[in-house]
Amino acid sequence: MEQIQGASAVVDIRGLNTRFGRNVVHDNVSLSVRPGEIFALVGSSGCGKSTLLRTIIMLLQPVSGSIRVFDQEVLGLSDEEALPLRRRWGVMFERGALFSSLTVAENVGMVLREHTQLSAQLIEEVAAMKIALTGLPADAGAKYPSELSGGMRKRAALARAIALDPELLFLDEPTAGLDPLSASGIDELVRSLRDALGLTIMMVTHDLDLLWRAADRVAVLGEGNILGVGTMTELSRSDHPIIREYFYGPRGRAARE
Amino acid sequence: MERIAGTMTAEQIVQLVIEMDAASATAAARLRCAGAWVVQGAAQLERRLEALRLPSEGKVVIDGAAISALDTSGAWLLHRTIRKLEQHGCSVTINGLRPEFSTLLQRVASCATTSENPHPPTPNLLARIGRLSWRHLLDMYSMLSFVGECAIILLYSLARPHRIRWRPVLHNLQTAGFEALPITGLLSFLMGVVIAYQGAGQLQRFGANVFIADLVGLTMLRELSPLLTAIIVAGRSGSAYAAQIGTMKITEEIDALRTIGVRPLELLVLPKMLALIIALPLLTVYTDAAGILGGMIMANAKLGVSFDVFINRLGDAVTMSSFLTGVGKAPVFAAIIALVGCHRGFQVTDSADSVGRQTTASVVQSIFLVIVADALFSVAFNWLKI
Repeated sequence: MEQIQGASAVVDIRGLNTRFGRNVVHDNVSLSVRPGEIFALVGSSGCGKSTLLRTIIMLLQPVSGSIRVFDQEVLGLSDEEALPLRRRWGVMFERGALFSSLTVAENVGMVLREHTQLSAQLIEEVAAMKIALTGLPADAGAKYPSELSGGMRKRAALARAIALDPELLFLDEPTAGLDPLSASGIDELVRSLRDALGLTIMMVTHDLDLLWRAADRVAVLGEGNILGVGTMTELSRSDHPIIREYFYGPRGRAARE
Repeated sequence: MERIAGTMTAEQIVQLVIEMDAASATAAARLRCAGAWVVQGAAQLERRLEALRLPSEGKVVIDGAAISALDTSGAWLLHRTIRKLEQHGCSVTINGLRPEFSTLLQRVASCATTSENPHPPTPNLLARIGRLSWRHLLDMYSMLSFVGECAIILLYSLARPHRIRWRPVLHNLQTAGFEALPITGLLSFLMGVVIAYQGAGQLQRFGANVFIADLVGLTMLRELSPLLTAIIVAGRSGSAYAAQIGTMKITEEIDALRTIGVRPLELLVLPKMLALIIALPLLTVYTDAAGILGGMIMANAKLGVSFDVFINRLGDAVTMSSFLTGVGKAPVFAAIIALVGCHRGFQVTDSADSVGRQTTASVVQSIFLVIVADALFSVAFNWLKI
């Protein structure tokens, strides 16, 4: 497990403790995400992956610890102070969280309208471009989220997350609930977005295929702590029992081939 | 890849440069772009590109060597300019753009979709009226069929009482009935006070002080107390029914019930309706008492009518039939509130907006129908001379 200098990391977590009542979720968790990499958090259900993500994006307050994003401490920031930071990252939620009363194009356009002074015409064009960038057909923009399939909804959520050209993208389970074809589409999408836009991507996933194909580095979360960090190849050589179980279960083996 | 989008300073935004060298007759026009073409400065870029007088023909060379940062919004603006020039009939070449930026530009350009007109023309007034009436007709039709379905389920269940789910019935009795006691009691008490207060002045002028009992008793028992209770319950429980069923519809719980083989009407609507039909008459009796208590206290304070005189007079003034007409309306109001609330809940489509709209509609519609029903009752009782 290597440590990199905190100053160069996009996300730098030190000694994070999270608790819900008496239930300890994170016990002294530390990790760093480097610029330009696709970083994945994995672990069994309920191990606190999504909680960690929600803590980084300031939806949850930890008990103690430090989280620095773009070299700025996020814990204890007021909404006012957090705004410039929030504009620099995009979040895609597990179930999309698209605004159900707005069309897809309006969902994307709303972010642009809120944070830029672009003309309505340009907002419409840029929104259509972002929607196309995520691989949605042109007519999807005029549809409401409820009219889309699960995979299309994920793509639409991604389009909204990249609306402001963020430098850092958080993806919560980008492929959960998708058919293999759509899921592999998302793999390529994530990679191509990173390559084209130079994003740093931090994602939570269960999808071993996605991990092998897209992730540069992976952190395995378990027992309230980071069990291992490294590339997939490195992790698959780990002899930690939980990591082995994760990667050498029947599905893990299939994905590796 | 170098990106300075997030850390771009105001100074860098000012450096956005778009320069146009006027084309001489033979040479190509040169468009020099520089600075950070990113979303933060996009609004300014857009304005400056708009203001630019683009040549209508000939060769245009775009010099992008000095572009220090480019993101998708900036790339789109660049692509848009190129497209506009090409539409004018110019031939465009791009020079000096960094390789990663030109990859991005190509990628964005490949996303340019032929945008068909996304806004359908707004229909004219006549079409809107027609559409609205048609929607209301459909609404009435669906309400009618909903009432029919519920009636069938009700009869079916009454024939097999052991199939009725008593737990939800009791739960609904608790939430819609028992928990409504404080608010309905208080409001009815105040209503009794108000009537007695308003009536006192008039009656005093005729020296008919004791008739305050007739006034309070008849208005409360026959009209106000059932109506008031129904309106409060419509606001409290009818809206809750609509919101609950609506949310269940969005989360596909209703569909899940159907697949398990449970009829949603039987599980969700019937217990609510039964509970409300039991609770509302009981609440009405209770609010009758609270209202009369209010009137009695006011009569004592304002007119000096003592409690026992008031109660004696009340016994003569209010017949059993007056009391029963009031309480008898309550089950009908209850059925209206439960049916409208649940029906509105089932009308919810897939957006959060729609839950709000249908909940509002449930309250407005049930209060409206309760008052209409009350008016019909008055006419009917008048005919029947009750």
